[in-house]
Amino acid sequence: MSLRIVVTVKYVPDATGDRHFADDLTVDRDDVDGLLSELDEYAVEQALQISENSDDDVEVTVLTVGPEDAKDALRKALSMGADKAIHVEDDDLHGTDAIGTSLVLAKAVEKAGYDLVVSGMASTDGTMGVVPALLAERLGVPQVTLLSEVSVEGGVVKGRRDGDSATEQLEASLPAVVSVTDQSGEARYPSFKGIMAAKKKPVQSWDLSDLDIDEDEVGLENAYTVVESAAERPARTAGTIVKDEGEGGKQLAEFLAGQKFI
Amino acid sequence: MAEVLVYVDHVDGAVRKPTLELLTLARRVGEPVAVALGNGAGDTAAALAEHGAVKVLTHEAAEYADYLVVPKVDALQAAVAAVSPAAVLVPSSAEGKEIAARLALRLGSGVITDAVDLEAGDEGPVATQSVFAAAFTTKSRVSKGTPVITVKPNSAAVEAAPAAGAVEALSVTFSAAATGTKVTSRTPRESTGRPELTEAAIVVSGGRGVNGAENFAIIEALADSLGAAVGASRAAVDAGWYPHTNQVGQTGKSVSPQLYIASGISGAIQHRAGMQTSKTIVAINKDAEAPIFELVDYGVVGDLFDVVPQLTEEVKTRKG
Ligand SMILES: Cc1cc2nc3c(=O)[nH]c(=O)nc-3n(C[C@H](O)[C@H](O)[C@@H](O)COP(=O)(O)OP(=O)(O)OC[C@H]3O[C@@H](n4cnc5c(N)ncnc54)[C@H](O)[C@@H]3O)c2cc1C
Ligand SMILES: Cc1cc2nc3c(=O)[nH]c(=O)nc-3n(C[C@H](O)[C@H](O)[C@H](O)COP(=O)(O)OP(=O)(O)OC[C@H]3O[C@@H](n4cnc5c(N)ncnc54)[C@H](O)[C@@H]3O)c2cc1C
Repeated sequence: MSLRIVVTVKYVPDATGDRHFADDLTVDRDDVDGLLSELDEYAVEQALQISENSDDDVEVTVLTVGPEDAKDALRKALSMGADKAIHVEDDDLHGTDAIGTSLVLAKAVEKAGYDLVVSGMASTDGTMGVVPALLAERLGVPQVTLLSEVSVEGGVVKGRRDGDSATEQLEASLPAVVSVTDQSGEARYPSFKGIMAAKKKPVQSWDLSDLDIDEDEVGLENAYTVVESAAERPARTAGTIVKDEGEGGKQLAEFLAGQKFI
Repeated sequence: MAEVLVYVDHVDGAVRKPTLELLTLARRVGEPVAVALGNGAGDTAAALAEHGAVKVLTHEAAEYADYLVVPKVDALQAAVAAVSPAAVLVPSSAEGKEIAARLALRLGSGVITDAVDLEAGDEGPVATQSVFAAAFTTKSRVSKGTPVITVKPNSAAVEAAPAAGAVEALSVTFSAAATGTKVTSRTPRESTGRPELTEAAIVVSGGRGVNGAENFAIIEALADSLGAAVGASRAAVDAGWYPHTNQVGQTGKSVSPQLYIASGISGAIQHRAGMQTSKTIVAINKDAEAPIFELVDYGVVGDLFDVVPQLTEEVKTRKG
């Protein structure tokens, strides 16, 4: 038996940088360094653990849809231990929304061949948390999402989903789409050996024609949503800051009372 | 007037507050028609009618509890076919966003998530989003199909607006995909008796500075004096001092209360992402340089073990 896992990883602007919008109201990628979305490291980690815990022959492929630099995200995932990588890159992809991104990912996953897709819980830029559900809908396979614990055995994926009002145990047959949270377990750091090995691992590049996607199905012009304006939030007016010299709690209570909270 | 579908988040018939908020927003765009599914769906009607639902479409079936997400998508799709609404509004819970996304895809529509406001526009509803850890405010709309929009809790005031709320049975045929992901067990979270974190008007949070699970009692005591919910930073959660369900931030809950009080929290970008839209922000931190002070309306530089208990006592005294 063999198990083919595809991990979807997004290349995002560093959240600690000064993120902002370009003139066309898409994310300005020139001014801020990009990296593998930290939440996708958890997806790579779980895929590697499934692989390590399996008696089957497991192949872990990492997949990204993004600009040229997105290769950095793939390299990071390969240095963590993934076997190979696919980069979907095409100028016409600029500005694609969640519906369009899920189309590209679904076509790429199908072309790559898969038994299991593992995604992060959300990207750290768009933070929508919808792509895994969209992928499952497009692929016509079960979605087993937001797992804080995941295991695969005998063609069945099981996991724990910690929701707002309850903790649920979930179960589905493969093929399936899984997403994992940052509670699923710390992601490993690439070792020196891993970083060296990653340089030799194959990275395939596909464009829209490789995936039989028409240019009018993706991109900013063809998005299903339009951003009409983006405004920087006005800086908060500087607040009052006091040093506690024995009365700090009382002073704070005075402030809260003035604001009618007490 | 065009109808607007509102997906009802309820627990055994008890409607959760974010749904009532959605009814307020829905009235700006059209006539609210609510869709309530699963056990107790019919019991939601009175509360929904009182807040503006002209109609309540209900469907009870075991599938909603026994399988993940897809049965609810099937039902909403049936409701859209029955009503042809101008928009579909869903509360921005993790599940709400997944339902909204799959529904949008089936309808050939766009989806907007985590709206914090909604208004009518010439080309359909315009949603306000707060993005990049609330550093930017965007206005967006869905340009194809029936707009599907999820809205964050505390984005609108709950307003009474009595309407007919006529209950109608929705007819739903489940798709083949509906039974794909089985829920094999469910352990409900025990209620603490405190307000729901995402819905609370006041949130009191503790971070690494609280320094131990047992010390969270002082955070809880302050919360109880104010009738507030308790939140925690990821550092406190990862240390095992407080449950993950109380984590505030990018990968925890996103809160937008009237008042947010952070104690022993530095204010990392991922924490800010979940609380920066709070109306009034207060912090207690012994480090005057902590980034959280950039956000505050009122900050106390001091030891939380001195300041928090004194504040709690003072609140109790003032409240009598
Ligand atoms: C601030 C902001 C707001 C946005 N608002 C909207 C909106 O309201 N509606 C809309 O349709 N689009 C919106 N977009 C665009 C949308 O975020 C991206 O087009 C898209 O990549 C999918 O959404 P996400 O990044 O939020 O992913 P999520 O749904 O949060 O991502 C979940 C997981 O999906 C996988 N994934 C997502 N994108 C990729 C990728 N490119 N390559 C590989 N794996 C991926 C990863 O595993 C990731 O962890 C917004 C973008 C930004 C930056
Ligand atoms: C992908 C990703 C997602 C994340 N998601 C989240 C999230 O959802 N939520 C979240 O909170 N974090 C999140 N984080 C973690 C985040 O980056 C920070 O590490 C975390 O918020 C720090 O928590 P803290 O402020 O409690 O701890 P610290 O940064 O250690 O700050 C503790 C503060 O307490 C103060 N202090 C110490 N003792 C006292 C005392 N006696 N009295 C007063 N003050 C005192 C210190 O001065 C310090 O400022 C995420 C990180 C990543 C990479």
